[in-house]
Amino acid sequence: MEKFLVDIFGSEITAYIIIAIIPLIFIVPYALFAVWLERKVSAHMQDRLGPMYTGGWHGWAQTIADIIKLLQKEDIVPAAADKKLHLLAPYIVFIGSYAAFAAIPFSSEYIGSHLNLGIFYIIAVSSLVVVGLLMAGWSSNNKWSLFGAMRSAAQIVSYEIPTALSLLAVVMIAGTLNLQEINKMQSGWFWNWFIFSKFPFVFIAFLIYFVASLAEVNRTPFDIPEAESELVAGYHTEYTGMKFAMFFLAEYANMFAVSAIASAVFLGGWNSPFGDFMSGPIWGVFWFVAKGMFFIFVQMWLRWTLPRTRVDQLMYVSWKVLTPFAFFCIFAIGIWLML
Amino acid sequence: MKKYFIDIFKAIWTVLIGMKITFKHLFVPAVTIQYPDVKLNLPERARNRLYVNMDDCIGCLQCSNACPVDCIEIETVKSLPTEDLGLTSKGTKKRLYVTKFTIDIAKCCYCGLCVPPCPTECIFMTDKYEFSEYNRRDLIYNFSTMTEQEIAEVKARAAEAEKEAAAKKAAPKPATATPTNPETKKSEN
Ligand code: SF4
Ligand code: SF4
Repeated sequence: MEKFLVDIFGSEITAYIIIAIIPLIFIVPYALFAVWLERKVSAHMQDRLGPMYTGGWHGWAQTIADIIKLLQKEDIVPAAADKKLHLLAPYIVFIGSYAAFAAIPFSSEYIGSHLNLGIFYIIAVSSLVVVGLLMAGWSSNNKWSLFGAMRSAAQIVSYEIPTALSLLAVVMIAGTLNLQEINKMQSGWFWNWFIFSKFPFVFIAFLIYFVASLAEVNRTPFDIPEAESELVAGYHTEYTGMKFAMFFLAEYANMFAVSAIASAVFLGGWNSPFGDFMSGPIWGVFWFVAKGMFFIFVQMWLRWTLPRTRVDQLMYVSWKVLTPFAFFCIFAIGIWLML
Repeated sequence: MKKYFIDIFKAIWTVLIGMKITFKHLFVPAVTIQYPDVKLNLPERARNRLYVNMDDCIGCLQCSNACPVDCIEIETVKSLPTEDLGLTSKGTKKRLYVTKFTIDIAKCCYCGLCVPPCPTECIFMTDKYEFSEYNRRDLIYNFSTMTEQEIAEVKARAAEAEKEAAAKKAAPKPATATPTNPETKKSEN
Protein backbone atom coordinates (compact mmCIF):
# COMPACT_ATOMS: atom_id res chain seq x y z
CA MET A 1 0.00 0.00 0.00
CA GLU A 2 2.73 2.49 0.93
CA LYS A 3 4.72 1.70 -2.19
CA PHE A 4 1.62 2.05 -4.31
CA LEU A 5 0.78 5.46 -2.84
CA VAL A 6 4.36 6.65 -3.05
CA ASP A 7 4.36 5.68 -6.71
CA ILE A 8 1.17 7.61 -7.35
CA PHE A 9 2.01 10.81 -5.48
CA GLY A 10 5.74 10.73 -5.90
CA SER A 11 6.31 11.86 -2.37
CA GLU A 12 6.50 9.82 0.79
CA ILE A 13 5.05 12.54 2.98
CA THR A 14 1.82 12.82 0.98
CA ALA A 15 1.51 9.06 0.97
CA TYR A 16 1.94 8.79 4.72
CA ILE A 17 -0.49 11.60 5.39
CA ILE A 18 -3.06 9.79 3.29
CA ILE A 19 -2.39 6.55 5.13
CA ALA A 20 -2.80 8.38 8.43
CA ILE A 21 -6.08 9.96 7.34
CA ILE A 22 -7.75 6.81 6.01
CA PRO A 23 -8.92 5.61 9.47
CA LEU A 24 -10.38 9.06 10.15
CA ILE A 25 -12.33 8.87 6.91
CA PHE A 26 -13.62 5.57 8.16
CA ILE A 27 -14.32 6.62 11.76
CA VAL A 28 -16.55 9.64 11.15
CA PRO A 29 -19.18 7.95 8.96
CA TYR A 30 -18.87 4.84 11.08
CA ALA A 31 -19.59 6.84 14.27
CA LEU A 32 -22.63 8.44 12.66
CA PHE A 33 -23.83 5.04 11.54
CA ALA A 34 -23.12 3.46 14.92
CA VAL A 35 -25.07 6.12 16.81
CA TRP A 36 -27.99 5.60 14.45
CA LEU A 37 -27.67 1.84 14.85
CA GLU A 38 -27.52 2.13 18.61
CA ARG A 39 -30.74 4.11 18.64
CA LYS A 40 -32.41 1.68 16.30
CA VAL A 41 -31.23 -1.41 18.17
CA SER A 42 -32.25 0.03 21.51
CA ALA A 43 -35.61 1.07 20.11
CA HIS A 44 -36.41 -2.29 18.60
CA MET A 45 -35.26 -4.15 21.69
CA GLN A 46 -37.84 -2.13 23.60
CA ASP A 47 -40.48 -2.64 20.90
CA ARG A 48 -40.21 0.96 19.76
CA LEU A 49 -39.26 2.30 16.34
CA GLY A 50 -36.55 4.85 17.03
CA PRO A 51 -35.90 7.71 14.61
CA MET A 52 -38.17 7.35 11.60
CA TYR A 53 -38.44 10.66 9.80
CA THR A 54 -35.19 12.43 8.99
CA GLY A 55 -33.92 11.40 5.60
CA GLY A 56 -36.82 9.17 4.72
CA TRP A 57 -35.92 5.52 5.11
CA HIS A 58 -35.99 4.69 8.85
CA GLY A 59 -34.54 8.06 9.77
CA TRP A 60 -31.12 7.25 8.33
CA ALA A 61 -30.09 10.93 8.30
CA GLN A 62 -31.00 11.56 11.93
CA THR A 63 -27.43 11.46 13.24
CA ILE A 64 -26.19 13.62 10.37
CA ALA A 65 -28.77 16.21 11.32
CA ASP A 66 -27.78 15.87 14.95
CA ILE A 67 -24.10 16.44 14.27
CA ILE A 68 -24.86 19.49 12.14
CA LYS A 69 -26.93 20.82 15.00
CA LEU A 70 -24.12 20.13 17.47
CA LEU A 71 -21.64 21.99 15.28
CA GLN A 72 -23.82 25.08 15.38
CA LYS A 73 -24.24 25.05 19.14
CA GLU A 74 -22.76 27.66 21.37
CA ASP A 75 -19.51 26.57 22.97
CA ILE A 76 -20.01 27.19 26.68
CA VAL A 77 -17.00 27.10 28.96
CA PRO A 78 -17.82 27.27 32.67
CA ALA A 79 -16.54 30.46 34.29
CA ALA A 80 -14.65 28.57 36.98
CA ALA A 81 -13.18 26.00 34.60
CA ASP A 82 -9.51 25.55 33.96
CA LYS A 83 -9.76 26.91 30.43
CA LYS A 84 -6.67 25.35 28.88
CA LEU A 85 -7.27 21.86 30.18
CA HIS A 86 -10.95 22.15 29.41
CA LEU A 87 -10.13 22.95 25.81
CA LEU A 88 -7.48 20.30 25.46
CA ALA A 89 -9.23 17.33 27.09
CA PRO A 90 -11.58 16.24 24.29
CA TYR A 91 -8.77 16.30 21.77
CA ILE A 92 -6.50 14.21 23.98
CA VAL A 93 -9.27 11.68 24.44
CA PHE A 94 -9.80 11.52 20.71
CA ILE A 95 -6.08 11.35 19.96
CA GLY A 96 -5.78 8.49 22.43
CA SER A 97 -8.44 6.45 20.72
CA TYR A 98 -7.38 7.45 17.21
CA ALA A 99 -3.74 6.58 17.81
CA ALA A 100 -4.79 3.01 18.48
CA PHE A 101 -5.95 2.77 14.87
CA ALA A 102 -2.36 3.13 13.69
CA ALA A 103 -1.61 -0.48 14.53
CA ILE A 104 -4.91 -2.02 13.52
CA PRO A 105 -4.67 -4.04 10.30
CA PHE A 106 -7.72 -3.24 8.22
CA SER A 107 -6.62 -5.55 5.45
CA SER A 108 -3.63 -7.61 4.46
CA GLU A 109 -2.42 -4.60 2.48
CA TYR A 110 -3.38 -1.82 4.80
CA ILE A 111 -2.08 -1.08 8.26
CA GLY A 112 -1.19 2.36 9.53
CA SER A 113 2.18 1.38 10.84
CA HIS A 114 4.03 -1.93 10.66
CA LEU A 115 4.86 -2.04 14.32
CA ASN A 116 6.47 -5.13 15.71
CA LEU A 117 5.01 -4.18 19.06
CA GLY A 118 1.48 -3.64 17.71
CA ILE A 119 -0.57 -4.98 20.61
CA PHE A 120 1.74 -3.48 23.18
CA TYR A 121 1.53 -0.13 21.44
CA ILE A 122 -2.27 -0.20 21.33
CA ILE A 123 -2.56 -1.02 25.03
CA ALA A 124 -0.07 1.67 25.90
CA VAL A 125 -1.43 4.44 23.71
CA SER A 126 -5.07 3.88 24.57
CA SER A 127 -4.15 4.64 28.20
CA LEU A 128 -3.78 8.20 27.04
CA VAL A 129 -7.57 8.32 27.07
CA VAL A 130 -7.51 8.16 30.87
CA VAL A 131 -5.39 11.31 30.99
CA GLY A 132 -7.90 13.11 28.79
CA LEU A 133 -10.85 11.96 30.87
CA LEU A 134 -9.18 13.02 34.12
CA MET A 135 -8.35 16.36 32.55
CA ALA A 136 -11.93 16.84 31.45
CA GLY A 137 -13.30 15.94 34.85
CA TRP A 138 -10.84 18.06 36.78
CA SER A 139 -10.92 21.14 34.58
CA SER A 140 -14.73 21.32 34.46
CA ASN A 141 -14.75 22.25 38.15
CA ASN A 142 -17.90 20.28 38.64
CA LYS A 143 -18.54 17.55 41.21
CA TRP A 144 -20.22 15.25 38.75
CA SER A 145 -17.46 15.62 36.23
CA LEU A 146 -14.81 14.94 38.83
CA PHE A 147 -16.63 11.88 40.13
CA GLY A 148 -17.03 10.57 36.62
CA ALA A 149 -13.37 11.15 35.85
CA MET A 150 -12.20 9.44 39.05
CA ARG A 151 -14.44 6.49 38.42
CA SER A 152 -13.35 6.12 34.85
CA ALA A 153 -9.68 6.36 35.78
CA ALA A 154 -10.09 3.69 38.44
CA GLN A 155 -12.08 1.54 36.06
CA ILE A 156 -9.83 1.81 33.04
CA VAL A 157 -6.66 1.29 35.02
CA SER A 158 -7.96 -1.83 36.72
CA TYR A 159 -9.48 -3.30 33.58
CA GLU A 160 -6.34 -2.81 31.58
CA ILE A 161 -4.79 -5.67 33.49
CA PRO A 162 -7.22 -8.42 32.44
CA THR A 163 -7.28 -6.95 28.92
CA ALA A 164 -3.54 -7.11 28.60
CA LEU A 165 -3.32 -10.55 30.20
CA SER A 166 -5.97 -12.06 27.96
CA LEU A 167 -4.21 -10.69 24.88
CA LEU A 168 -0.98 -12.08 26.25
CA ALA A 169 -2.50 -15.54 26.11
CA VAL A 170 -2.75 -15.24 22.34
CA VAL A 171 0.61 -13.56 22.04
CA MET A 172 2.14 -16.61 23.68
CA ILE A 173 0.66 -18.87 21.02
CA ALA A 174 1.51 -16.55 18.16
CA GLY A 175 4.95 -15.66 19.43
CA THR A 176 4.67 -12.10 18.12
CA LEU A 177 3.11 -8.79 19.07
CA ASN A 178 2.67 -7.72 15.47
CA LEU A 179 -1.03 -7.74 14.65
CA GLN A 180 -0.42 -8.26 10.94
CA GLU A 181 1.62 -11.39 11.71
CA ILE A 182 -1.01 -12.62 14.13
CA ASN A 183 -3.62 -12.23 11.41
CA LYS A 184 -1.55 -14.09 8.85
CA MET A 185 -1.22 -17.02 11.22
CA GLN A 186 -4.99 -17.37 11.33
CA SER A 187 -5.55 -17.55 7.56
CA GLY A 188 -7.48 -20.40 6.03
CA TRP A 189 -10.73 -21.70 7.40
CA PHE A 190 -12.32 -20.36 10.51
CA TRP A 191 -11.10 -23.24 12.65
CA ASN A 192 -7.65 -21.73 12.29
CA TRP A 193 -8.77 -18.71 14.28
CA PHE A 194 -7.08 -18.38 17.62
CA ILE A 195 -10.37 -18.41 19.46
CA PHE A 196 -10.68 -22.13 18.64
CA SER A 197 -7.06 -23.08 19.35
CA LYS A 198 -6.01 -24.58 22.70
CA PHE A 199 -9.68 -24.97 23.51
CA PRO A 200 -11.10 -23.80 25.91
CA PHE A 201 -8.34 -21.59 27.27
CA VAL A 202 -8.20 -19.09 24.44
CA PHE A 203 -11.97 -18.99 24.40
CA ILE A 204 -11.97 -18.06 28.08
CA ALA A 205 -9.31 -15.46 27.35
CA PHE A 206 -11.56 -14.09 24.61
CA LEU A 207 -14.48 -13.78 27.02
CA ILE A 208 -12.24 -12.05 29.53
CA TYR A 209 -11.02 -9.68 26.85
CA PHE A 210 -14.53 -8.88 25.73
CA VAL A 211 -15.84 -8.16 29.23
CA ALA A 212 -12.79 -6.09 30.11
CA SER A 213 -12.99 -4.16 26.87
CA LEU A 214 -16.59 -3.25 27.65
CA ALA A 215 -15.33 -1.68 30.84
CA GLU A 216 -12.47 0.04 29.05
CA VAL A 217 -14.78 1.85 26.69
CA ASN A 218 -17.25 2.71 29.45
CA ARG A 219 -20.11 0.73 28.01
CA THR A 220 -23.00 -0.65 30.02
CA PRO A 221 -22.98 -2.64 32.29
CA PHE A 222 -19.75 -0.86 33.21
CA ASP A 223 -20.76 2.68 32.32
CA ILE A 224 -20.51 4.05 35.83
CA PRO A 225 -18.29 6.96 34.75
CA GLU A 226 -21.16 8.31 32.69
CA ALA A 227 -24.02 6.97 34.79
CA GLU A 228 -26.78 9.33 33.73
CA SER A 229 -28.96 8.68 36.72
CA GLU A 230 -26.22 9.54 39.20
CA LEU A 231 -23.71 11.80 37.48
CA VAL A 232 -25.72 13.57 34.77
CA ALA A 233 -23.15 12.66 32.12
CA GLY A 234 -19.96 12.07 34.08
CA TYR A 235 -16.80 13.71 32.87
CA HIS A 236 -18.42 15.46 29.90
CA THR A 237 -21.22 17.09 31.90
CA GLU A 238 -19.82 20.58 31.26
CA TYR A 239 -19.07 20.13 27.59
CA THR A 240 -21.16 21.54 24.80
CA GLY A 241 -21.29 21.63 21.05
CA MET A 242 -18.26 20.49 19.13
CA LYS A 243 -16.27 19.40 22.17
CA PHE A 244 -19.10 17.22 23.33
CA ALA A 245 -19.28 15.73 19.85
CA MET A 246 -15.56 15.03 20.13
CA PHE A 247 -16.11 12.94 23.26
CA PHE A 248 -18.85 11.09 21.50
CA LEU A 249 -16.70 10.45 18.48
CA ALA A 250 -13.89 9.22 20.72
CA GLU A 251 -16.23 6.88 22.54
CA TYR A 252 -17.47 5.32 19.34
CA ALA A 253 -13.97 5.20 17.86
CA ASN A 254 -12.91 3.40 21.00
CA MET A 255 -15.73 0.93 20.67
CA PHE A 256 -14.56 0.07 17.19
CA ALA A 257 -10.93 -0.11 18.28
CA VAL A 258 -11.58 -2.72 20.96
CA SER A 259 -13.89 -4.65 18.64
CA ALA A 260 -11.26 -4.53 15.93
CA ILE A 261 -8.61 -5.85 18.29
CA ALA A 262 -10.95 -8.62 19.40
CA SER A 263 -11.57 -9.64 15.81
CA ALA A 264 -7.91 -9.30 14.79
CA VAL A 265 -6.52 -11.27 17.71
CA PHE A 266 -9.19 -13.88 18.26
CA LEU A 267 -11.31 -14.08 15.11
CA GLY A 268 -8.83 -13.94 12.28
CA GLY A 269 -9.14 -10.23 11.51
CA TRP A 270 -9.30 -9.71 7.76
CA ASN A 271 -9.27 -13.42 7.00
CA SER A 272 -12.30 -14.86 5.31
CA PRO A 273 -13.92 -17.57 7.43
CA PHE A 274 -14.18 -19.81 4.35
CA GLY A 275 -10.61 -20.34 3.21
CA ASP A 276 -9.99 -18.75 -0.18
CA PHE A 277 -13.65 -17.90 -0.69
CA MET A 278 -14.07 -14.10 -0.81
CA SER A 279 -10.55 -13.46 0.42
CA GLY A 280 -8.14 -10.80 -0.75
CA PRO A 281 -7.15 -7.31 0.32
CA ILE A 282 -10.51 -5.70 -0.54
CA TRP A 283 -12.60 -8.52 0.88
CA GLY A 284 -10.28 -8.35 3.84
CA VAL A 285 -11.57 -4.88 4.66
CA PHE A 286 -15.10 -6.19 4.38
CA TRP A 287 -14.47 -9.12 6.74
CA PHE A 288 -12.59 -6.98 9.17
CA VAL A 289 -15.27 -4.31 9.38
CA ALA A 290 -18.01 -6.94 9.47
CA LYS A 291 -16.42 -8.70 12.42
CA GLY A 292 -15.86 -5.38 14.16
CA MET A 293 -19.47 -4.34 13.58
CA PHE A 294 -20.64 -7.67 14.92
CA PHE A 295 -18.88 -6.99 18.21
CA ILE A 296 -20.28 -3.49 18.26
CA PHE A 297 -23.72 -4.97 17.85
CA VAL A 298 -23.04 -7.32 20.77
CA GLN A 299 -21.92 -4.35 22.84
CA MET A 300 -25.17 -2.58 22.08
CA TRP A 301 -27.09 -5.75 22.73
CA LEU A 302 -25.52 -6.03 26.17
CA ARG A 303 -26.12 -2.39 26.85
CA TRP A 304 -29.84 -2.72 26.37
CA THR A 305 -29.99 -5.97 28.28
CA LEU A 306 -28.06 -5.36 31.46
CA PRO A 307 -28.43 -2.78 34.19
CA ARG A 308 -25.44 -0.83 35.47
CA THR A 309 -23.17 -2.41 38.07
CA ARG A 310 -22.13 -0.78 41.30
CA VAL A 311 -18.58 0.45 41.76
CA ASP A 312 -17.68 -2.33 44.18
CA GLN A 313 -19.16 -4.95 41.87
CA LEU A 314 -17.12 -3.50 39.06
CA MET A 315 -13.93 -3.83 41.05
CA TYR A 316 -14.92 -7.31 42.17
CA VAL A 317 -15.33 -8.47 38.59
CA SER A 318 -11.99 -7.08 37.58
CA TRP A 319 -9.76 -8.10 40.46
CA LYS A 320 -11.40 -11.22 41.77
CA VAL A 321 -12.77 -12.82 38.62
CA LEU A 322 -11.21 -11.64 35.39
CA THR A 323 -7.62 -11.23 36.57
CA PRO A 324 -7.28 -14.66 38.27
CA PHE A 325 -8.94 -16.35 35.31
CA ALA A 326 -6.64 -14.56 32.90
CA PHE A 327 -3.62 -15.72 34.87
CA PHE A 328 -5.01 -19.22 34.89
CA CYS A 329 -5.42 -19.14 31.12
CA ILE A 330 -1.89 -17.92 30.58
CA PHE A 331 -0.60 -20.59 32.89
CA ALA A 332 -2.56 -23.36 31.19
CA ILE A 333 -1.59 -22.22 27.71
CA GLY A 334 2.01 -21.96 28.79
CA ILE A 335 2.01 -25.54 30.01
CA TRP A 336 0.23 -26.68 26.85
CA LEU A 337 2.85 -24.97 24.69
CA MET A 338 5.68 -26.57 26.63
CA LEU A 339 4.28 -30.07 26.31
CA MET B 1 -14.89 -21.30 47.01
CA LYS B 2 -17.77 -23.28 45.62
CA LYS B 3 -20.00 -20.25 45.83
CA TYR B 4 -17.44 -18.26 43.84
CA PHE B 5 -17.71 -20.58 40.85
CA ILE B 6 -21.46 -20.91 41.17
CA ASP B 7 -21.71 -17.11 41.15
CA ILE B 8 -19.62 -16.84 38.00
CA PHE B 9 -21.65 -19.52 36.28
CA LYS B 10 -24.89 -17.84 37.35
CA ALA B 11 -23.65 -14.47 36.12
CA ILE B 12 -22.86 -15.81 32.66
CA TRP B 13 -26.04 -17.86 32.50
CA THR B 14 -28.37 -15.03 33.54
CA VAL B 15 -26.68 -12.64 31.11
CA LEU B 16 -27.35 -15.14 28.35
CA ILE B 17 -30.99 -15.44 29.39
CA GLY B 18 -31.33 -11.67 29.32
CA MET B 19 -29.68 -11.48 25.93
CA LYS B 20 -32.05 -14.09 24.60
CA ILE B 21 -35.03 -12.04 25.73
CA THR B 22 -33.78 -8.79 24.24
CA PHE B 23 -32.86 -10.56 21.02
CA LYS B 24 -36.37 -11.92 20.72
CA HIS B 25 -37.78 -8.46 21.23
CA LEU B 26 -35.62 -7.18 18.39
CA PHE B 27 -38.05 -8.92 16.06
CA VAL B 28 -41.28 -8.19 17.88
CA PRO B 29 -43.23 -5.63 15.85
CA ALA B 30 -43.00 -2.23 17.46
CA VAL B 31 -46.00 -0.92 19.33
CA THR B 32 -45.22 2.63 18.32
CA ILE B 33 -47.80 4.42 16.23
CA GLN B 34 -46.41 6.92 13.75
CA TYR B 35 -48.70 9.56 15.15
CA PRO B 36 -49.33 12.28 12.62
CA ASP B 37 -49.47 9.70 9.83
CA VAL B 38 -51.39 7.05 11.67
CA LYS B 39 -54.00 7.90 14.27
CA LEU B 40 -55.72 5.73 16.75
CA ASN B 41 -59.49 5.60 16.57
CA LEU B 42 -60.92 7.66 19.38
CA PRO B 43 -63.38 6.10 21.80
CA GLU B 44 -66.97 6.88 21.00
CA ARG B 45 -67.43 9.37 23.80
CA ALA B 46 -64.01 10.98 23.69
CA ARG B 47 -64.00 14.60 24.80
CA ASN B 48 -62.16 16.93 22.46
CA ARG B 49 -62.87 20.29 20.92
CA LEU B 50 -66.33 21.74 21.47
CA TYR B 51 -68.54 22.84 18.68
CA VAL B 52 -71.75 24.83 18.82
CA ASN B 53 -74.33 24.60 16.12
CA MET B 54 -75.64 28.18 16.23
CA ASP B 55 -78.67 27.38 14.09
CA ASP B 56 -80.09 25.53 17.05
CA CYS B 57 -78.85 27.65 19.92
CA ILE B 58 -81.63 29.45 21.77
CA GLY B 59 -79.30 31.43 24.02
CA CYS B 60 -80.59 29.90 27.24
CA LEU B 61 -77.18 30.17 29.02
CA GLN B 62 -77.51 26.66 30.44
CA CYS B 63 -74.11 25.69 29.12
CA SER B 64 -72.30 28.73 30.41
CA ASN B 65 -73.92 28.27 33.83
CA ALA B 66 -72.82 24.67 33.95
CA CYS B 67 -69.23 25.40 33.02
CA PRO B 68 -66.98 25.08 36.09
CA VAL B 69 -64.26 27.34 34.68
CA ASP B 70 -66.55 29.94 33.14
CA CYS B 71 -65.02 29.78 29.74
CA ILE B 72 -68.27 30.13 27.80
CA GLU B 73 -69.40 33.71 27.40
CA ILE B 74 -72.84 34.41 25.98
CA GLU B 75 -74.65 37.64 25.44
CA THR B 76 -78.18 37.74 24.17
CA VAL B 77 -80.58 40.41 23.01
CA LYS B 78 -84.34 39.99 23.16
CA SER B 79 -86.11 39.92 19.84
CA LEU B 80 -89.24 41.96 19.25
CA PRO B 81 -92.57 40.12 19.34
CA THR B 82 -93.02 41.00 15.69
CA GLU B 83 -89.80 39.33 14.61
CA ASP B 84 -89.55 35.66 13.76
CA LEU B 85 -86.15 34.05 14.42
CA GLY B 86 -87.29 30.66 13.18
CA LEU B 87 -87.36 27.32 14.86
CA THR B 88 -84.61 25.00 16.01
CA SER B 89 -84.39 21.56 14.46
CA LYS B 90 -86.31 20.28 17.48
CA GLY B 91 -89.11 22.73 16.97
CA THR B 92 -88.33 25.10 19.81
CA LYS B 93 -89.02 28.71 19.01
CA LYS B 94 -86.02 31.02 19.15
CA ARG B 95 -86.65 34.21 21.04
CA LEU B 96 -83.21 35.65 21.60
CA TYR B 97 -80.50 36.98 19.38
CA VAL B 98 -77.21 35.45 20.44
CA THR B 99 -74.93 38.42 19.89
CA LYS B 100 -71.93 36.85 21.54
CA PHE B 101 -70.99 33.24 22.01
CA THR B 102 -67.33 32.58 22.71
CA ILE B 103 -65.61 29.58 24.21
CA ASP B 104 -62.11 30.09 25.51
CA ILE B 105 -60.87 26.64 24.60
CA ALA B 106 -57.58 27.34 26.33
CA LYS B 107 -59.41 27.45 29.64
CA CYS B 108 -61.71 24.56 28.84
CA CYS B 109 -60.91 21.46 30.85
CA TYR B 110 -62.95 19.13 28.64
CA CYS B 111 -65.14 18.09 31.52
CA GLY B 112 -68.12 17.92 29.21
CA LEU B 113 -70.48 19.41 31.77
CA CYS B 114 -71.80 21.92 29.25
CA VAL B 115 -73.05 19.26 26.89
CA PRO B 116 -75.95 17.56 28.72
CA PRO B 117 -77.84 20.68 29.95
CA CYS B 118 -78.33 22.06 26.45
CA PRO B 119 -82.04 21.75 25.66
CA THR B 120 -81.49 21.64 21.93
CA GLU B 121 -78.33 19.50 21.95
CA CYS B 122 -76.47 22.04 19.91
CA ILE B 123 -73.24 22.18 21.95
CA PHE B 124 -71.24 18.99 21.60
CA MET B 125 -67.79 17.46 21.47
CA THR B 126 -66.18 16.86 18.09
CA ASP B 127 -63.38 14.42 17.33
CA LYS B 128 -60.80 17.13 16.67
CA TYR B 129 -57.98 17.38 19.16
CA GLU B 130 -55.20 19.05 17.18
CA PHE B 131 -55.71 22.80 17.33
CA SER B 132 -52.59 24.37 18.73
CA GLU B 133 -52.05 28.05 17.97
CA TYR B 134 -49.15 30.45 18.15
CA ASN B 135 -51.25 33.11 19.85
CA ARG B 136 -53.29 32.37 22.94
CA ARG B 137 -56.02 34.73 21.76
CA ASP B 138 -56.62 32.52 18.75
CA LEU B 139 -57.93 29.88 21.11
CA ILE B 140 -60.96 31.97 21.96
CA TYR B 141 -63.44 30.58 19.51
CA ASN B 142 -66.28 32.74 18.42
CA PHE B 143 -69.43 30.88 17.41
CA SER B 144 -71.90 33.73 17.01
CA THR B 145 -73.00 33.96 13.40
CA MET B 146 -74.01 37.60 13.58
CA THR B 147 -71.93 40.35 12.05
CA GLU B 148 -71.01 43.49 13.97
CA GLN B 149 -73.47 45.50 11.97
CA GLU B 150 -76.34 43.13 12.66
CA ILE B 151 -75.48 43.13 16.34
CA ALA B 152 -75.54 46.93 16.43
CA GLU B 153 -78.87 47.01 14.61
CA VAL B 154 -80.43 44.43 16.86
CA LYS B 155 -79.18 46.21 19.95
CA ALA B 156 -80.49 49.55 18.75
CA ARG B 157 -83.90 48.07 18.01
CA ALA B 158 -84.03 46.37 21.37
CA ALA B 159 -83.08 49.58 23.12
CA GLU B 160 -85.80 51.43 21.24
CA ALA B 161 -88.38 48.81 22.11
CA GLU B 162 -87.36 49.02 25.71
CA LYS B 163 -87.70 52.79 25.66
CA GLU B 164 -91.13 52.51 24.14
CA ALA B 165 -92.15 49.94 26.72
CA ALA B 166 -90.80 52.15 29.46
CA ALA B 167 -92.70 55.11 28.03
CA LYS B 168 -95.93 53.08 27.92
CA LYS B 169 -95.40 51.97 31.46
CA ALA B 170 -94.51 55.49 32.53
CA ALA B 171 -97.86 56.93 31.40
CA PRO B 172 -100.24 55.02 33.72
CA LYS B 173 -97.55 54.49 36.25
CA PRO B 174 -98.33 56.95 39.05
CA ALA B 175 -101.68 55.28 39.80
CA THR B 176 -101.01 51.57 39.38
CA ALA B 177 -97.28 51.10 39.67
CA THR B 178 -96.95 49.98 43.26
CA PRO B 179 -100.05 47.85 43.67
CA THR B 180 -99.75 45.98 40.36
CA ASN B 181 -96.31 44.60 41.00
CA PRO B 182 -97.16 42.14 43.78
CA GLU B 183 -100.33 41.22 41.96
CA THR B 184 -98.58 40.24 38.80
CA LYS B 185 -96.16 38.20 40.83
CA LYS B 186 -99.01 36.39 42.49
CA SER B 187 -100.68 35.65 39.21
CA GLU B 188 -97.42 34.30 37.86
CA ASN B 189 -97.13 31.96 40.78
S1 SF4 C 1 -66.27 21.10 28.59
FE1 SF4 C 1 -66.39 21.79 30.72
S2 SF4 C 1 -64.83 23.37 30.85
FE2 SF4 C 1 -65.18 23.04 28.68
S3 SF4 C 1 -66.72 24.56 28.11
FE3 SF4 C 1 -67.84 22.70 28.64
S4 SF4 C 1 -68.31 22.91 30.81
FE4 SF4 C 1 -66.73 24.42 30.35
S1 SF4 D 1 -77.26 25.38 26.39
FE1 SF4 D 1 -77.42 25.06 24.18
S2 SF4 D 1 -79.07 26.37 23.56
FE2 SF4 D 1 -78.52 27.06 25.60
S3 SF4 D 1 -77.04 28.70 25.24
FE3 SF4 D 1 -75.86 26.83 25.46
S4 SF4 D 1 -75.59 26.09 23.37
FE4 SF4 D 1 -77.25 27.62 23.29
